[in-house]
Amino acid sequence: MAEIKNYTLNFGPQHPSAHGVLRLVLELDGEVVERADPHIGLLHRGTEKLFEYKTYNQNIPYFDRFDYVSMMANEHAYALGVERLLGIEAPERAQYIRVMYAELTRILNHCLWLGAAALDIGAMTVFLYCFREREDIFDYYEEVSGARMHAAYMRPGGVSRDLPEGLIEKIKGFTERFIGYVDEYETLLTENRIWKQRTVDIGVVEQEAALDWGFTGPMIRGSGIAWDLRKTQPYDVYDKMDFDIPVGATGDSYDRYLVRVEEMRQSNRIIEQCVAWLMANQGPTKVEDYKLTNPPRATIKDDMESLIHHFKFFSEGYFVPAGEVYAAVEHPKGEFGVYIVSDGSNKPYRMKVRAPGFAHLQSMDYMCRGHMLADVVTILGTQDIVFGEVDR
Amino acid sequence: MNFIKRHLKTWLLWELVIGLSLTGRYLFKKKITVEYPEERTPLSPRFRGLHALRRYESGEERCIACKLCEVTCPALAITIESEERADGSRRTTRYDIDMTKCIFCGFCQEACPVDAIVETQEFEYASETRAALYYTKDMLLNVGDRYEPQIAANLAADARYQ
Repeated sequence: MAEIKNYTLNFGPQHPSAHGVLRLVLELDGEVVERADPHIGLLHRGTEKLFEYKTYNQNIPYFDRFDYVSMMANEHAYALGVERLLGIEAPERAQYIRVMYAELTRILNHCLWLGAAALDIGAMTVFLYCFREREDIFDYYEEVSGARMHAAYMRPGGVSRDLPEGLIEKIKGFTERFIGYVDEYETLLTENRIWKQRTVDIGVVEQEAALDWGFTGPMIRGSGIAWDLRKTQPYDVYDKMDFDIPVGATGDSYDRYLVRVEEMRQSNRIIEQCVAWLMANQGPTKVEDYKLTNPPRATIKDDMESLIHHFKFFSEGYFVPAGEVYAAVEHPKGEFGVYIVSDGSNKPYRMKVRAPGFAHLQSMDYMCRGHMLADVVTILGTQDIVFGEVDR
Repeated sequence: MNFIKRHLKTWLLWELVIGLSLTGRYLFKKKITVEYPEERTPLSPRFRGLHALRRYESGEERCIACKLCEVTCPALAITIESEERADGSRRTTRYDIDMTKCIFCGFCQEACPVDAIVETQEFEYASETRAALYYTKDMLLNVGDRYEPQIAANLAADARYQ
């Protein structure tokens, strides 16, 4: 009998369900995956090096471009990191706005994930419905920051501007109708036999394995470990928020789907609480230390000192005390951390970004081994990979 | 009983029928699609689109060549050269924005102390060549002249938040 050799298949970088620019080299025995070898780096832009040549303020827009489906969550981590180095804390209203937008971002991300993962598996309709809600959230992004995606809204010391009039009512309306929309997604998928056949028992990750591979976010919660940075090490006003952490039971793709859907409901709850607070309370949205934030625009027109602060802020930036800090947030995909090393100048000496997708992608081989070729798409989808953050 | 219920559901394709009825309802609902070139969604006053250089009512250009936008630009997209004019005022001789470099973060607009460089609500400036996306001072002033009423209204609407 002739010797049968494994067939090597290039999955991506141009494959439509490779989620960006992943090149996955699959070794197949018939249709069964023997080995999966993810090749990364096709979207590497050297952002971490770029940071060393830009002032702390100039780095903000680059954070939007890490995980480009959950922009404000990235900024949030950076803003927290710089604030910790500076030893300041954002005003309470800014913290509520940040938490509200972080949760809107979570919905934004999970809507894309749900739509794209379902589309990969073959459910077209969910994609359309999810993008309807994403459109709403993009509108709220645009109203508050001026950009539909790359907001550059959260700044060290608060947020760039207060919410415009009428926006909070719109977000309130969104939270009221969004719950119904989540039920619609579930109607289409949760009980659906095709969806279940494609996801149940696919890409099972046991608890130990999830810990060993460094999983965070919905990936570890899907395996049954209730690990959530918003609860374990609350930042901003998360300690005042009332929400639950959903966990899965078996750690398969279906459980991770259920966890993410439930997270959308919990995010909605948090947004409701933030909206209620923001409607009742006013206040500053930026630290009023004009060495660290830019002074109000009206004052620079007739106040010399404000004008000097304005020029200093936008040219030289601010000097951050020497030291190191690691700030992590519960990003929609997992733990997104920023490690900043400051040498006391106005630019970071070194900055390292801990991207959740990078840790998840390394388990590709572990999760795919023994599965069919079609399940690779499911597993890739369930990992919620975005290449902006994996390749950085 | 549960056994019968489960089998009935399985054989009647129950969850598929439920799902189809949901999409079926949407078939008869009002469509939310916006037919883009003919219809447009509203933009907020903070929208960050194509850049423009503004003038005062007298027609004098606002920019005083302080170069704050140039230095704060994270993408190094702005190039400014300046010299003293015959009447002794400092003005730019060159003000270029490379739109292929620009990341539309809005920092130039935030930094400008005289509201000279602003980002308009214009977002349809695609071109067939890269060269056409290199905006010189004249082009930026032209954009400003074209959209001045809109720019002024948007700045006024957002002034109290800045």
